[in-house]
Amino acid sequence: MEWLIAILIGVMTSAGVYLTLRARTFPVVLGLTLLAYAVNVFLFAMGRLTIGQPAVIDAAAAGYADPLPQALVLTAIVIAFGMTAFLIVLALKARGEMGNDHVDGLHLADDERLPEQISSHNNQEAKS
Amino acid sequence: MMQLTAWAVLLPLIAGFVLLFARMGGLRLQRSLNLLVVLGLVFMSIEMVKLSLTGVHQVYLAGNWIAPFGIVFVLDQLSALMVLITSLLALGALWYAIATKYDKQGSHFHVLFQLQLFGLNGAFLTGDVFNLFVFFEVLLLASYGLLLHGGGRLRTKAGLHYVVINLIGSTLFLFAVGALYGAVGTLNIADMAAKISVAPAEDLGLIAAAGLLLLVVFGVKAAMFPLYLWLPNAYAQTSAPVAALFAIMTKVGIYSIIRVHGTIFGEQAGDLASFYTPWVLGLGLITLLLAAFGVMAARGLREQVAYLVLASVATLLIGVGLNSPQALAATLYYLIHSTLIAGGMFLLADIISRGRGVHEDRFEPAPIIPNAILIGSVFMFGAVAMTGMPPLSGFFGKVLILAAALENSWFFAILAVVLVASLLMIIAMARAGSLLFYRTQPVDVLPGEPLNVAALGAVIGLLAISPILVIFANPVTAYTELVSIQVFDNATYIEAVLSTPATQRVE
Repeated sequence: MEWLIAILIGVMTSAGVYLTLRARTFPVVLGLTLLAYAVNVFLFAMGRLTIGQPAVIDAAAAGYADPLPQALVLTAIVIAFGMTAFLIVLALKARGEMGNDHVDGLHLADDERLPEQISSHNNQEAKS
Repeated sequence: MMQLTAWAVLLPLIAGFVLLFARMGGLRLQRSLNLLVVLGLVFMSIEMVKLSLTGVHQVYLAGNWIAPFGIVFVLDQLSALMVLITSLLALGALWYAIATKYDKQGSHFHVLFQLQLFGLNGAFLTGDVFNLFVFFEVLLLASYGLLLHGGGRLRTKAGLHYVVINLIGSTLFLFAVGALYGAVGTLNIADMAAKISVAPAEDLGLIAAAGLLLLVVFGVKAAMFPLYLWLPNAYAQTSAPVAALFAIMTKVGIYSIIRVHGTIFGEQAGDLASFYTPWVLGLGLITLLLAAFGVMAARGLREQVAYLVLASVATLLIGVGLNSPQALAATLYYLIHSTLIAGGMFLLADIISRGRGVHEDRFEPAPIIPNAILIGSVFMFGAVAMTGMPPLSGFFGKVLILAAALENSWFFAILAVVLVASLLMIIAMARAGSLLFYRTQPVDVLPGEPLNVAALGAVIGLLAISPILVIFANPVTAYTELVSIQVFDNATYIEAVLSTPATQRVE
């Protein structure tokens, strides 16, 4: 089971890193989400992998699963969820204000042009 | 007096909620409440500094769970000092925001301001690595809102970069914390230090890797090379009061390195003792050089001040990297100076920018600003303090750090980099000052707003720390030496945290 979890975390992390390095905001958001998933599974695995063990005190139990990583993952999920929601709103705002969804804003190295000019330029680009 | 530790964290949180509802009572109510709370925090942090001077660690067990099992808040001299700096800086930034009516430009400025203080105070007082992560997220989320406050295209773009890089930082933080937990099975900083000192040899590699990953995370916060690229743009594009408040944000990274790395990889850690310090020192030197080039190349005053913040952070990293009580005392002296002066300089840059109208803070010839002689003198004072020229406190801070570096085998490299960087910064600031105040065009009508005297008061208030640090240099250095001796005394810290008993219920 260990190798399966390890490969899973590795694949999710590398996919997340790849997407985070993309130039447009939506893949970046997806990449960060994947990284958050990977880290959550990683935190789980750090409590050691056990099957069928209770996390809370049970007199009949032979052993226990580590409850702390579960609490940590819960916190991490909530925080990652909130951050992703914020990032999506911010990406939409950036899309609206800058006229495109590039992470670096304009890709034409001209930062001072007005949004109308940009949208007309984008239209021309779409036509050609 | 255990409760003081908890109250310093709880008060901003409660104030944030109260301010949210106070919105119905109008901006005036929000302003006076916020100002009142920040003033309260200043007095509270002065009390905390006094309390910490007894030398006893004030440990607060959240929920009355004893140390390795529950979350602890630890008030020692270092965290008390950081909380004091934060509340002084917050007072200046808030005063400026109210004086320039900046808080009117969007909703919830005051709420976010208090939540930011909640995150900062929590990060300074917590004794638990995962809780540190949570408070980092709190202060980051509030800072995202504050950074974007007021809106604007360039600000949104800078904000997007800032948010993305910090989210990546948070993910790395969790990876590092997870790996440390997997290796030592605890999250309490004191317990972690105790466990690492007896860790089996085959785990040391994993612990070292997790420690360095954690250094990357704190490096993102502290804007260490090569992770500083987000800082100049974000600080230059956001509004002045927020940039001023953010002067403490990079110091959170420095504090975390001192607290977490200094404690868990202290001298009791055996093979891993201080293994991270050459990294901090080397990267600090590179950061300082690049920051000096950035100061030279800046196109506007706010960008230049942002690079000056970077330079001050780099100087602090060098101080931390030297890893001796004497160097840490010098670093803390420089930290008090650089945080408050940088905050003041951001506010001053905004005053100049307002006076220049359409030219804003760009380095180009423009009509003379109103009250140029007064603002110019304040600017020169700030520039002298910031670049570290005598007779102001920046000079003393650098001299103390260099004196502490004398024993280090890299002394000549450190000396060369610090001096060359200071020279470049002096040249750049002289150029900026002459461009802003001498190369002016005569006009009949002044282009910008008249001087806002109350706003200038905030700037002078923050810059006044420099002469105070010089006049009271002896007591202040004695104090920072006391702090650094306590920081290096890991055994007492571990003992204090782990042996605090739960309070008994009074029947």
